[in-house]
Amino acid sequence: MGIPGASSVIPAMPEAPAPLRGWQLATLTAIRDEAPSVKTLAFSLPQWAGHLAGQHIDLRLTTDDGYQAERSYSIASPSGHIPLVEITVERIADGEVSPFLTEQLSLGDTIELRGPVGGYFTWSADNPAPLMLIAGGSGIVPLMSMLRTRARAANRPPARLLYSSRNFEEIVFRSELDGLVVTQDGLSVAHTLTRGAPANWNGETRRVDPEMLAKYAFPATQAPHNFICGPTAFVETVADRLVALGHPETVIKTERFGPTGERA
Amino acid sequence: MPVTRGFKGKRPNADATHDRIPPGQYVTEDFPVLTAGPTQRTQVQDWSLSLQRGPQLLAQWSWEQFEALQQTERITDIHCVTKWTKFDTRWRGVTIDDLLRSAGLPAPPTQFVMAHCDGGYTTNLPVADLLGNQAMISTHYDNVPIPVTHGGPARLLVPHLYFWKSAKWVRRLEFIETNTPGFWESMGYHIHGDPWREQRYTGDA
Repeated sequence: MGIPGASSVIPAMPEAPAPLRGWQLATLTAIRDEAPSVKTLAFSLPQWAGHLAGQHIDLRLTTDDGYQAERSYSIASPSGHIPLVEITVERIADGEVSPFLTEQLSLGDTIELRGPVGGYFTWSADNPAPLMLIAGGSGIVPLMSMLRTRARAANRPPARLLYSSRNFEEIVFRSELDGLVVTQDGLSVAHTLTRGAPANWNGETRRVDPEMLAKYAFPATQAPHNFICGPTAFVETVADRLVALGHPETVIKTERFGPTGERA
Repeated sequence: MPVTRGFKGKRPNADATHDRIPPGQYVTEDFPVLTAGPTQRTQVQDWSLSLQRGPQLLAQWSWEQFEALQQTERITDIHCVTKWTKFDTRWRGVTIDDLLRSAGLPAPPTQFVMAHCDGGYTTNLPVADLLGNQAMISTHYDNVPIPVTHGGPARLLVPHLYFWKSAKWVRRLEFIETNTPGFWESMGYHIHGDPWREQRYTGDA
């Protein structure tokens, strides 16, 4: 009788910096509009051990009578040790935390923050494999950290982003992505809009499907590392299709956010 | 604790449920899906569950054999380290106590277990957290087979710990001598993961 069940196939991963233990008081130092309901918040920190692209931080908010709420947000800023961390937050109308962060928190306000957290959905520039990023909606945020990290690296592997948004106005980081592409450093970006496009739109106009992946994703023969982030159903579909296209599961890394993400 | 200027929060309405929410958690009606990679799709005819110690196989059940074991139903709250808590989830499966009994093991062979899953996921647990009807290998959620996205055909259920310990697509429980970090535990998540002590990350008390 053999020993069944999968053997351990946990792949090699970049060495995550040691996380800072416990909470520190972060100060909001900048706010940027990214899209109609999406803002970037920059926090300066007393100290920062550094983070990898793809990691997240936790925020803790406390009312004056001691009630607390915690949420996790992906880091949008590039990997590094500078004690200034940016998150990009989509405001959810009936959320508990995201409306406060995007509408009420003001420059100079303080908030408790800890991190970085997470060591699997991460990318560092010493990874020479082709980098395939597939984003749905605000799932672009940790992938943007990867692209920003790559743009600052000496050696840049070829990279592709396939980014699905509902409409043109909701594309987060649109002009910055355009700017990254014009440097012609081996990055290509493909957009698809699922709920209508402007008249002069020359990108795709449907949900990500096998044909689109065949067109824009690196073929499995090039052994890319694939990162997928977006709503649960989007990630499920794309990950299954990459498996069907022959990509090993160990190089398909996923982050899903579901309806619950909409409580943030 | 530092007050966040202007933050009011949206507290749960019912006071009765307040003591069921661990620190830093919020209640959701949804059942979010969190997985580090693609969903595993193991057919029940290809599925088996094994107990092992080192290279030694202690016991093994096919799907049919497993379904013939004593079945236990459990309604419990679950708590994900990503901050959501879900009340009154209904599971059916075989308790670890009943598994050991069926395997003819009067006592657990070691004090720690590494759970191994299809796709390569692992998580470590003290045996003390698995016995006394605290944990099961569950095959049904809400009276139907667990959907693959939530870990079907079989998922470890250890609801008093953060839900990453309740490993999806479980296939083997390996008894080990020392408490060795599993997948998330080796990537910054707490070795034990008690939500009531908010043991989210390495270094938390």
